[in-house]
Amino acid sequence: MVPEASFTSYYGRPVINAPVWRSPEVPGYLFLGGLAGTSSLLAAGAALTGRPGLRRGAALGAASAIGLSGVALVADLGRPERFANMLRVFKVTSPMSVGSWLLTAYGPAAGLAALADVAGILPRTRRAATLTAGALGPAIATYTAVLLADTAVPAWHEGHRELPFVFAGSAATAGAGLGLLVAARPENAPARRLALAGTICELVAANVMVHRLGLLAAPYRNGRAGRLMRQGEAFTLVGLAGSLLAGRSRTLGVLAGAALLGASACTRFGIFEAGMASARDPRDTVVPQRERLERRGLGDRAVASGTGAPGSDGAR
Amino acid sequence: MTETTARAPRRVSFSLLERGDPADATGYRAHLERVGFFTDTSVCIGCKACEVACKEWNGVPDDGFRLTGMSFDNTGGLSGNTWRHVAFVETHAPAADAGDGELRWLMASDVCKHCTHAACLDVCPTGALIRTEFGTVVVQDDVCNGCGYCVPACPFGVIGRREHDGRAFKCTLCYDRLRAGMLPACAQTCPTDSIQFGPLDDLRMRAERRLRELQDAGVSSARLYGEDPEDGIGGAGAFFLLLDEPEVYGLPPDPVVTTRDLPCLWAHAAVAAAGLVATALTCFFGRRR
Repeated sequence: MVPEASFTSYYGRPVINAPVWRSPEVPGYLFLGGLAGTSSLLAAGAALTGRPGLRRGAALGAASAIGLSGVALVADLGRPERFANMLRVFKVTSPMSVGSWLLTAYGPAAGLAALADVAGILPRTRRAATLTAGALGPAIATYTAVLLADTAVPAWHEGHRELPFVFAGSAATAGAGLGLLVAARPENAPARRLALAGTICELVAANVMVHRLGLLAAPYRNGRAGRLMRQGEAFTLVGLAGSLLAGRSRTLGVLAGAALLGASACTRFGIFEAGMASARDPRDTVVPQRERLERRGLGDRAVASGTGAPGSDGAR
Repeated sequence: MTETTARAPRRVSFSLLERGDPADATGYRAHLERVGFFTDTSVCIGCKACEVACKEWNGVPDDGFRLTGMSFDNTGGLSGNTWRHVAFVETHAPAADAGDGELRWLMASDVCKHCTHAACLDVCPTGALIRTEFGTVVVQDDVCNGCGYCVPACPFGVIGRREHDGRAFKCTLCYDRLRAGMLPACAQTCPTDSIQFGPLDDLRMRAERRLRELQDAGVSSARLYGEDPEDGIGGAGAFFLLLDEPEVYGLPPDPVVTTRDLPCLWAHAAVAAAGLVATALTCFFGRRR
């Protein structure tokens, strides 16, 4: 660890510019995208195994969540009337570009699946749309982790190995929560099992990430982000316990479902806020970079880039 | 408003794959020499003529008339509305420089680095950010839809979204002036030649010479920043001679383009997504109770 005294900054001002993304639009989308993606997966599973109640409820939930997301995302643009410019190009280097194309494919499929299901028409189209949405759902649920980590925001970028697993776990938690809300016993059995897997994955991945971040754990533990993360954990534990008992009572199932949805939302909002706090703190940017330089033995850049350094001319 | 009439080349730029000249890698068949800035902060007098010239020429709106209490710097930092920013650092000179610990003023004019591996360009989902034929990075303001992704992607905190406009803006390295064979406004106006404009290779040689001069004169704290093509951004198109650690001026000590880790990011997300599918489908097996 670098001692505190070695940290300097320009009047305490942040080094990077903080994201201009608004809350609740963007963290709300992180949550709703995960909810929609996993719900579509549940709907597809229900379609394949003959559970029409779960299928209809999950498909409807997915379509509503992704519809709301679309509105939130367009509203967050600086120039909403130009949202279609997202589809000018396809770039794998831009997770937002990949996400735009994913949403373009997924959104209509999820919408069609729900519409056909509720109206009780076009059974073959409904099946195809349900399975398409189910296949794209997991990508919708997890690509947002890449979207956040592919920035210079230290608390997001340095957590890039764990963040997709936190998001997958959080999405599973949300989808399972919705499944428990919309389906009764015995159709909600898959949702109960998914709640168990999702909550454990979310808890473990989030704790591993925060533990591994070292200095950068602070934004996840302090302030508003810290409160949200702790609330998320509490909701997760309540939801986990509730889902274990949800097979016995419908009321317990509904309560557990609500707790699981709350858990997922708190985690996503917490991670969003942690990144915002981390972007504003120059220490989060400077200290890990300083440590990196020192590990490479380049602590003093004056020496490293000086005229005396062998090969400094040859590199041109 | 800046008119950026740059024609994007057919191929979308993936700056990660670029080696050598970024304009080559972008797909320009015949293009000009890569140009940039060498900002020698050792001769900066903090006059802010660069800030004014930039605002005047590019029609950049004001960024609020506030007093910051940060020495003579009431600009604060780079943003959509500030494309040149003069930092004022009041510090005690290191004893090694025979400064006797007396008060020393550091002044430095910061600007977009026009990175070889530019994160803003990589993450831009609309293709509004492009590599020009000069090797610089420019936002096409008729394409940008204000998604804001470039803002946290930049490791230097350069680009910003203009509040009432909604689009992202940053230094264009005076793209319009370059096309007309003129110097960028800031370099044109700089009274001490602290801001030097030219072909990047020439500037690097000039910078090495200046660094040697200063070190021979006993200024051991002098160092170049952003000139190394082996650094985390593949070398900056606008680099600096500094008299203290980069973070003293508000610059990151070891900037790395975030997309360098993108293959690793996508791989982890793919495993997580596959895990989600496997887990969810497994949940459908077992007793129906």
